Amino acid sequence: MKRLRFKEKLYKWIFTILAFASLFFLVGIVLVLIKEGLPIFQKVSFTKFVFGRFWYPTYNPAEFGILPLILASVWVTLGAVFVCVPLGIGSALYLNELAGPWQKAILKPIIELLASIPSVVFGFFGMVVLTPFLQKIFHLPTGLTALNASIILGVMATPMVCSLAEDALNYVPNTFREASFAVGATRWQTLTQVVIPAAGSGISTAIILGMSRAIGETMTVLMVAGGAAVIPHTFLEPVRPMTAAIAAEMGEAPMGGSHYHALFAIALILFVITFLFNIIAEIISRRFRIKLGLSG
Amino acid sequence: MKKDFSQNLGFLGLFLCMVVTLLALGAIIYFIAVRGIGVLNWNFLTQVPRSAMTAGGIAPVIVGTLYITFGAIIVALPLGLASAVYLCEYSPKSVVVNIIRISINNLAGVPSVVFGLFGLAVFVKFFGFGVSIFSGSLTLGILALPMIISSAQEALIAVPQSIREASLSLGATKWETIKKIVLPTALPGILTGVILSIGRVAGETAPILFTAAAFYTRGYPKSIFSEVMALPYHIYALMTEGAHPDKQRAIAYGCSLVLLFLVLFISGFAIFLRQRQRSLHG
Repeated sequence: MKRLRFKEKLYKWIFTILAFASLFFLVGIVLVLIKEGLPIFQKVSFTKFVFGRFWYPTYNPAEFGILPLILASVWVTLGAVFVCVPLGIGSALYLNELAGPWQKAILKPIIELLASIPSVVFGFFGMVVLTPFLQKIFHLPTGLTALNASIILGVMATPMVCSLAEDALNYVPNTFREASFAVGATRWQTLTQVVIPAAGSGISTAIILGMSRAIGETMTVLMVAGGAAVIPHTFLEPVRPMTAAIAAEMGEAPMGGSHYHALFAIALILFVITFLFNIIAEIISRRFRIKLGLSG
Repeated sequence: MKKDFSQNLGFLGLFLCMVVTLLALGAIIYFIAVRGIGVLNWNFLTQVPRSAMTAGGIAPVIVGTLYITFGAIIVALPLGLASAVYLCEYSPKSVVVNIIRISINNLAGVPSVVFGLFGLAVFVKFFGFGVSIFSGSLTLGILALPMIISSAQEALIAVPQSIREASLSLGATKWETIKKIVLPTALPGILTGVILSIGRVAGETAPILFTAAAFYTRGYPKSIFSEVMALPYHIYALMTEGAHPDKQRAIAYGCSLVLLFLVLFISGFAIFLRQRQRSLHG
């Protein structure tokens, strides 16, 4: 009996300890980024690093200003939002409100399947198809631009935004819709004035998570954004987002040098941004569930 | 009348959003399939690369991808399953559990290139595993962990509470109930989640950039501590490195089609299985 109880306790402890793995790795990632990233601030002040306008990590003397990289990430992410928000949320509304059971049964798995297309395939498509196309219609010296990256990233994030928004719409109780119809509203009025406001915070969670995905996406921007580390003026110029800079330069940065530390510092900033996005999404979605009377 | 018009216009707009989404993503698959299919043949899939990556096949690249992917699952599955069992079966509602939940959600949101840096600093350099299958698998395993946890959780939650209670009422202990009743019942769902994760992990590129991948290795990987060629990285490298862009581009089409087929097939299979399980359990 005593042995049995010991065994029970042992298993409980094993599971408890293993369950901490995620926390352990998350903290590990933060510590590594801090340890390898902070040394750069002995060379460059934090404000000069973040607001510096010149990124010449391999020059002598080197310049470590990541403003061009940050702006590139912001531009490309906002560009992607213009694509993935209308498409993703429009599709989600279509799926939830208009599609019949059969359409739903087919389209939902297809959307989920499309979400699993690897990012490198999107990047490849951008390089071989979209690049020459954009170059031709805009008469550009190169088709590898912020616009190209925005389109590809937007299309890539659309299935994810669609799935998350569709989940949010599913949470809206049918009684809301019925009450609206009962007072004589049309389907369109019900949709725009009852369903969308009720699912609003759930939909904004979907948008925030889509943005978080876009800003952290690496391979597509590495392949199609063009890679020029200068402050962008139009969407038709090549840019170098933060993720692309890390991926492209880490291979050449000498281990333990300033460039190496600077790239880790960029990753730290990127981590903080996506972390904030995720926390905000979490808070909003929790409130959303409480508002609709669902358990948190 | 006016109401009807705005409604029809609005619904048309939503319909168009759906169509454009499907067309855009369909176009990507179509282009790669049409241009890649000409490159594919038996030799392409079974031979090693020759003549500075401009001829021959991609067999070692496919094998490398399989090694890294299965390595990642071997890392993530025990940890992920244990976490899910703890959260669903043991967890008291407490601050600790909330912290674990939040860290799982946030780990899922960490950019993939950041996992790559973590792997580089910890596995490649600190532990000295070098750029290898081992380092790459560990890195991808951490990336796959949140996916495995959430699908295992879903499978465990789907197990009816009544059969747990039945088992406990017969005098079985908690662990006996988990081992003999809950896990076997949840197994199909857990496996489906694993398959889905395999599909996702196989296509990841950024985490293996500095931890596992090489543009060219001679033949097949010799041990888990050797560098390896992997499909997603290979596509990138063929497009950006090397001296024969035109010939490499053809091979890149072939690689993309193989990767796309692999990932869509694996994910499609998993989604199909899950759809069936969900309809079985209501």
